[in-house]
Amino acid sequence: MTLPSLKTMRDAIISSVAAKMLKDSSIYFLTADLGAPSLDQLRHDFPDRFMNVGIAEQNLINVGTGLALEGCRVFVLGIAPFVSMRCFEQIRNNLALLSQLRPVNITMLSVGAGFSYEVSGPTHHALEDLALMRTLPNLELFSPSDWVMAGAFVPYSLSQPTPKYCRLDGKPLPRIYPDSHAFDFHKGFEVLQTGDRVGLISTGSLTHGVLELCQNTPGWRDRVGLIDLFMFQPMDETALQNQLLNYSHIITIEEGFTGKGGLDGLVNRLVVQSRQKITVDAFGVPARYLFEAGSRAYLRQACGFGPDDIRRTVEQYLR
Amino acid sequence: MSVKFDQCEAERMAAEWRYIITDMICRAGSGHIGGALSIVEILHTLYYRIMNTDPENPAWAGRDRLVLSKGHAAPVLYVALAYKGFFPAAWLGTLNADGTKLPSHADARSVPGIDATTGSLGQGLSVACGMAKAAKINGAANSVFCIIGDGESNEGQNWEAAMFAAHNKLDNLVAITDYNKFQIDGSTDEVLSLEPLTDKWRAFGWEVFEMNGHDWADIYTTLSKAKAVKGKPAMVIAHTIKAKGCPVVENTAGSHNIRIPDRASYDRYLGSLAVQDVKLPY
Repeated sequence: MTLPSLKTMRDAIISSVAAKMLKDSSIYFLTADLGAPSLDQLRHDFPDRFMNVGIAEQNLINVGTGLALEGCRVFVLGIAPFVSMRCFEQIRNNLALLSQLRPVNITMLSVGAGFSYEVSGPTHHALEDLALMRTLPNLELFSPSDWVMAGAFVPYSLSQPTPKYCRLDGKPLPRIYPDSHAFDFHKGFEVLQTGDRVGLISTGSLTHGVLELCQNTPGWRDRVGLIDLFMFQPMDETALQNQLLNYSHIITIEEGFTGKGGLDGLVNRLVVQSRQKITVDAFGVPARYLFEAGSRAYLRQACGFGPDDIRRTVEQYLR
Repeated sequence: MSVKFDQCEAERMAAEWRYIITDMICRAGSGHIGGALSIVEILHTLYYRIMNTDPENPAWAGRDRLVLSKGHAAPVLYVALAYKGFFPAAWLGTLNADGTKLPSHADARSVPGIDATTGSLGQGLSVACGMAKAAKINGAANSVFCIIGDGESNEGQNWEAAMFAAHNKLDNLVAITDYNKFQIDGSTDEVLSLEPLTDKWRAFGWEVFEMNGHDWADIYTTLSKAKAVKGKPAMVIAHTIKAKGCPVVENTAGSHNIRIPDRASYDRYLGSLAVQDVKLPY
């Protein structure tokens, strides 16, 4: 299923938004001073509806709110740790809270999931945003694994009068899904491989590596399943829980802190609620910041969730 | 907006509002009286002489917007809206009570006529910028007014909004600073000096006015001029007196949030007001 062609999720979304902006004058795009050729094109094509608010993320969220309250449908673009953490209260008050009263159609494009900005150090890593955004009611939380899915989210997002947080990877990635794939954003996950013993569940860019492991490791076919979770809320929890019940061992894999309420928090709750004897192992970043510099693969391995770490744990359960 | 103005009537109404605001807060047992009483004349002028609104249709698209960024001054906004007919004046007696529609901070959920839920300081001006920008792009003729506190001006986000508004030439945006010179912990000079405040806003690219926030003629003339500014946003620095008209705490930092523990305190506050023959609408 994996096809070549590298692209960033950001560019896939911008391309999809630009196509929509051509036909719909209610769509606005705000950025907090990020540079990219795709943004230059947007600025050129829509000088009235593209705005760079400057390096001012809090203003980004609230100006977007003002526009949305006037009926505009707004995309706001910023760097993940700054959008999610510098602006947490702005998001809470103006998006999560206000959208309970009125339609607030804002899509936050939060670029730089996990270790995307690997060499920029811990200030630029986004390891907390999944857990933070999960605490907010009324907020949709999207964590795509490839750019096809990211682009497909745009029409869905425009149709939902709610705020959304999109946790986008910062690196160009290959595609997992074909163009024609019909994503079910209400269900929120895709089963990429089925198995009867060990279930892997991952989100974001990690799904690429895990899928490769599943497809290429001898003896895993029909025994190891893989779920690509892309909507954290809202999503069909019952359907996901039913999938988890196919396995006696579940392994969660996320590029974020474990034990803090991210992917592992969601899966653990569903497993506990099922009252079934299922083990859950959580792979991700242990509770410490990484000052080590290096490639993304290096950082993942330093945290104990490189491919070999995952393979060893799965093999142990397959014995 | 052209209306016949009767200053005697306005003064009578302002005194009545002060009595009702004080009564509301005292009945509730506590509240932000200082910053509510300091903008009585400003809100009266906005709603009766400057802003286009329609109480019968609070969500009318062509209305002028008001973002009360200093959301803790909500009691005066509630009184203004009730007097204008946005909702029954009987609601005013329920401030902070169980099941009330009127919480202590401005709430867009259940109060007709309120354009933004506020209370977290420093955020309203950015929202007002978004509203003003939308109006500009849509070719709408409405203005957006935003009232910020002087203490609130400590918040950095105001200055992000200040740059945005000037950069985008939001001449349909009029901000008003309630410069009553006090915040919770003391005078604004002692806590974190704002001066030179007019120079700051001017340096950020705004047209800046100063006015006496209790002088009817000055308020009307200045707000009219501010509304007419072209090519840039307008900031009106309103020199006001915190808790104006309530002698027990007038012009003190302590008026920011008063506590009314007993009937004697209630009587002391209400008894100190200049006008006593007010018939409460609740």
